Parts: sequence; C-alpha cells; structure tokens
Amino acid sequence: MSQAAIDHFLSEHARFQNDSTAWLNQQRQTAIDVVGENGFPSTRHEAWKYTDVRSLLKRNFSVADETSSATLSETQLNEVRYTGLACHELIFVNGHFSADLSSADLNSSGGNVCSLASANDENKALIETYINQFARSEKHGFAALNGAFVVDGGFIHVPANVEIELPIHLIFIANSADKSFITHPRNLIVLGDNAKATVIESYVGFDDAEYCTNTVTEIVTGQGSSLEHYKLQQESSKSFHIGYLHAVCKKDSRLDSHSISLGAALTRNDIDTTLAGSGSHVGLNGFYMTGGDQHIDNHTRVDHSVPNTTSDETYRGVLNGKSRAVFNGKVVVHKEAQKTDAQQSNANLLLSNNAEIDTKPELEIYADDVKCTHGATVGQLDENMLFYLRSRAIDESTARSLLTFAFAEEVIKKINLEPVRHRLEHKVAGRLPDASLITEFM
Amino acid sequence: MLSIKDLHAKIGDKNILNGLNLEVKKGEVHAIMGPNGSGKSTLANVLAGRDGYEIGKGTVSFEDQNLLELSPEERACAGLFLAFQYPVEIPGVNNIYLLKAGVNAIRKSRGEVELDAVEFLAVVREKIKLVKMKEGFMSRGVNEGFSGGEKKRNEIFQMAVLEPKLAILDETDSGLDIDALKIVAEGVNSLRNEERSIILVTHYQRLLNYIVPDHVHVLAGGRIIKSGGHELALQLEEEGYEQVMQEAAAA
Repeated sequence: MSQAAIDHFLSEHARFQNDSTAWLNQQRQTAIDVVGENGFPSTRHEAWKYTDVRSLLKRNFSVADETSSATLSETQLNEVRYTGLACHELIFVNGHFSADLSSADLNSSGGNVCSLASANDENKALIETYINQFARSEKHGFAALNGAFVVDGGFIHVPANVEIELPIHLIFIANSADKSFITHPRNLIVLGDNAKATVIESYVGFDDAEYCTNTVTEIVTGQGSSLEHYKLQQESSKSFHIGYLHAVCKKDSRLDSHSISLGAALTRNDIDTTLAGSGSHVGLNGFYMTGGDQHIDNHTRVDHSVPNTTSDETYRGVLNGKSRAVFNGKVVVHKEAQKTDAQQSNANLLLSNNAEIDTKPELEIYADDVKCTHGATVGQLDENMLFYLRSRAIDESTARSLLTFAFAEEVIKKINLEPVRHRLEHKVAGRLPDASLITEFM
Repeated sequence: MLSIKDLHAKIGDKNILNGLNLEVKKGEVHAIMGPNGSGKSTLANVLAGRDGYEIGKGTVSFEDQNLLELSPEERACAGLFLAFQYPVEIPGVNNIYLLKAGVNAIRKSRGEVELDAVEFLAVVREKIKLVKMKEGFMSRGVNEGFSGGEKKRNEIFQMAVLEPKLAILDETDSGLDIDALKIVAEGVNSLRNEERSIILVTHYQRLLNYIVPDHVHVLAGGRIIKSGGHELALQLEEEGYEQVMQEAAAA
C-alpha cells in the first residue's frame, strides 16, 4: 500500500542534496535504504492499529527548501516565544536554522549548544558518536525517513558536572505561506555525568497550513545527571505531526518528560526510554486535548533493564467533537530488573458522545520482585462534583468547564516553568466554554 | 418561606417520599428526624435540585416561586443552601475562588454589585473565624485532603459566606467528635436570625442540644408522621422511633 509513498521518497532522496551537512551523507544513505526496504506502517501493524497514515502518505510532501520561508510577523514570533521565560533559543523555520532569530551567544550557556548544520568539527565528532546509536529507526518507518532527510535540528551537549541554568528552547516553526512540505528535525541531547539541563521542544504552525513535521529526538543522560524535557506541540489545524523520542538513562540519572499535544490534524508520538543504569528514573507526563476531527496517538515504552529503577507515568486527555485519541503505554521489566517500581496511569475525559479513545496499558514483567501498577479510565465529568458546584450557585456550563480544567490541571501543574505553564493553562481554558470566568480561578 | 405539599419522589421504581407536607416560616429552625431509609437525605437532595429523582405529585414553593422548576444554581441564587452529608473533594478547583464565584453569581442575580478580590477576602477573614478554620485551608482544592470534621466545618463556613435565606443541613453532625460538633453548632447558631430559616436533618437528638429547634418532625416511610417542639426529640431519644411509628400506624 505504501509503495507509492516509498517511491516518492526514494526519488526525492535521489535529488536531495545538502552540502553543509555532507558529513551526514552516510547516515542518510543507510536510512533511505531502510525506508526502501521496510516502508511505512499500516493499520495491519499492531502498534499502528488505530492510526492510519495513508492520508499523510498520499500527500507526497517534499522537503522544504531553505529559501521558501516567508517572513514571520512579530505576532507570530510572540506566539512561539513565552513572555517572561528567560532561555537560550534556537529557532528553526521550515526545518532550517535561523541564526537571525536565535539567541546570539549560545556558547554562554556553559554547554555545547548549536544547530546540527552549524556544528564545528569538535561538535561534529560528538554528533557522529551519538547519532543513531540508540534510536531504533529500523522499527519505525518515519524515524528512518527522518534519518534519510536529516538536515538540521538542535544539538545540546552538557559536559560532566555542568548545569545549564536557563532552559534551552528549540523552536520549530512551520511557515508554509507558499506551499505544503515536510520537515525532519533531528535533535540530540547528551548529558555528561552529573550534568543538569532543561530542554523545551516547541512545534508551532499557524492557522490551517498543511504540512508535516517528522521529528526525532535522541537523549542520553549520563550517570547522576538530570534532564527536564518538554515537548509542546501546537501545530496548525491541518498539519501532520510524527514524533519519535528515544532516551537512554544511565546509572542514577533522571529524565522528566512532559509531552503536551494541542494541535495538528493527526499526531503520533512515540516515546521509547530505556533505564539502563540502576537508580535511574523516568517520569512521563502527558496531556492531550482534541476537538473536531483531530486524531492523536501516544505510544510510550519504558524498558527497565537493570535492578532498582523507577518509572512514573501520567497521561491525561480531554476529547471533544468527533476526535479520537489512542494511548498505549508499555512497561517492560526485564528478567534482571529486580526491585523495579513502575507506575502508570491514563485518564480520559470524553466531552462529546462522538469522541473516541482507545487506551491500552501493557505490562510485560519477567522479574519476580517488582512493584508495578497501572490503570486506565475513560469517563464523563463526575456528577457529584457537578452538583456540588451548581449548589454553590455556579451555572452548569461554567461548572463543566471548571471541572474539565481541573482535570487537565492535574498534569499541567507539573510543568515547572511558570511562563510555559501559564500560557498552556490559558490555551486549555480558552478552548472551553466560559473561558473568561474560569481563568479567574487560575 | 418554604411550603411543601403532598410531595412524592422516587428513584427508579422505588417510592421514597410519599406525600410529605412541611411548612417552614421565616426565622424558624426545623429538625427532621427519622430512622435510616425514611427519606431524610432524599428530601434534602430534592430541595437542592439533585438529578436522579423522579418527582411525582406535589408542590414545593420557596418564597412564592415554584422551586421544582429551578436548576440547582437558580435555587442557590434564590437563597437556598445545602450543607452536604458527604461533601465531595474537587482537586484543582480552589476553595476560595469557588466561593467568590458563588457569592458573585448570587449578588448578580439580585442585581447587586459584585465583590472584588479585596472586599471578598475581608468577608472570608471574618467568616472563617466562625468555624475556627485556618486560612491556609482556603487556598487548597475544594475539600481536598480535608478530614471528615474539616469538611463539615467547611460546609458551615460556606453557608456563612453565601448567607442563604434557607439552609438545609444534611446530617452535618454525622462523623463529628464532640469538640467539632460544638464548633459546628456554634457556627450555625451565630448564623441564626429572624430572616434565615434552617432545616436540620439528623438521626440523633445530640445535635439538638446545641442547636435548639423551634419544631421537630418525625419522618418515616416518606411522610411526616409526627410533629412537635424540642420535647419530641427528647421523647424520641428516650423511646426510639418504634413507639412513634406504632402510634402513627394505629392512628
């Protein structure tokens, strides 16, 4: 079925050239071979059962060329930046790094921070060491496609014992004033031993622009290090967003991932984490809010590979209209991984009779001394809470919005960056009736 | 103030209220007592407008309005308040903002100017003393992490802030130790005045030692079978409900 799409991308790749990153040619060739061989997933694949990518593939998106981006307005830039958030910014427009829009002095951060395409020789060596080392592109056709067309993305290397105080904000803007296209951002985040950093990935598009973002992020957290990672997806209403994040956590390190999906017509997020060193921890927080015909699929996987590791996952979704969401959270406790503590929950609020959720927690446990809990709930608003609020003179519509917001807030409040949390709270509230009344509650 | 005539209510096929009559005048305190399953909580819920009850025959008028036609929020705006038997916890909805929104919804419906944050906080500071709660409680989610006693005190605090014309206290004494019971009773007594009516729904006469009612009614089988003054409550304590129910059956 996907043969036409495979042929399209193979012929695109034959014409594809990016001289500034010629040093990645070998990587790209290997990846396009995987695309040619394995193609793209269909709903016959278990992991893609509920997410049909044919509508994406038949669009034959081409890679955006560097010159095609129209100028961004001040309003658009304010939309992607968070007022009051002091941070280092790397801004990519249609997949290409914009030095003009980005922070001037990235070296002041204390780490090696640059775009892939502008990496110096020292950073190139680091990138070559880590890129593709962990991401299993062969099992995920879109990750392979990303590798085949990789031109740019964020590179963050935090040397051992260094803490980068300000967050690093990678902003990917789709500005498709002229034509539709596909971008393949590729990010690499490497923390040395005892390093510490906060990284935000923002994906933003405007109005009903039609394009596809196909992004891959690889993370390695060194011994005793700590990474707080945010992925904020606010793509345009007609766009496609495919994201794959792969992380390996070494001994006593900690990764806290926050994944917030509000935009795009079709979203598929895969998060694949391996707890490879004892004492390591991963926290996965997720929130999605859909309406209209939106489709969002979150697949997460945590591999507990060694003894004494912990994971804690909370995903929540609010579904309205005829939208559909999928949650699949897999936790694998390997045979050696005794004393694993893994918790997972997925809760969904259906605000409309036509919205649909398919949720599936999966536990695979091969060790015998472990503590694992999981739970999934799907429901409407609690009638007792609703009555309580109304009995205190709150009208029904406001009471419903308040309870919906409170449900979302349980995940959003975990966002430690105040300006980001504040903006997202207003975005979520803004999608509910009586927004002005409930924003008073924040 | 409140006039209930021949009220019938059922849940599914089960009849719970079977021709209940009750008149509550301005400033009066009525106690409604009765055994388990007699319909006490149903009466409280039907008056406050909870879904799930099918109202058959009968009328309820509240200050000359047909109460049964109003939504729960309209009843609250009209001056009716229910102190819940089991107050729910609502994480993520802040106590104080809920009350501010409630107060202002009520004021708006009366055509009064809404309170701003400063004015409202002054009201809160004053009223919270009535139930001896710490202000820290107010910044939490509604009833979030409150003990049973704290939840009941919070109900009375809300009553103090919302200043209803008619308050229905549904087993506010249940689950309270003697100290908390006194605090709650003192709070209620301080809110008693010539304009405000109160209906106390309770199992036990104990509460009525602290909040002395003008009228006591015995509810059994969904109807009021006997009414009297405070002495009726004392008699019930002495003899139990059985005696009164037998008398009523014989009559």
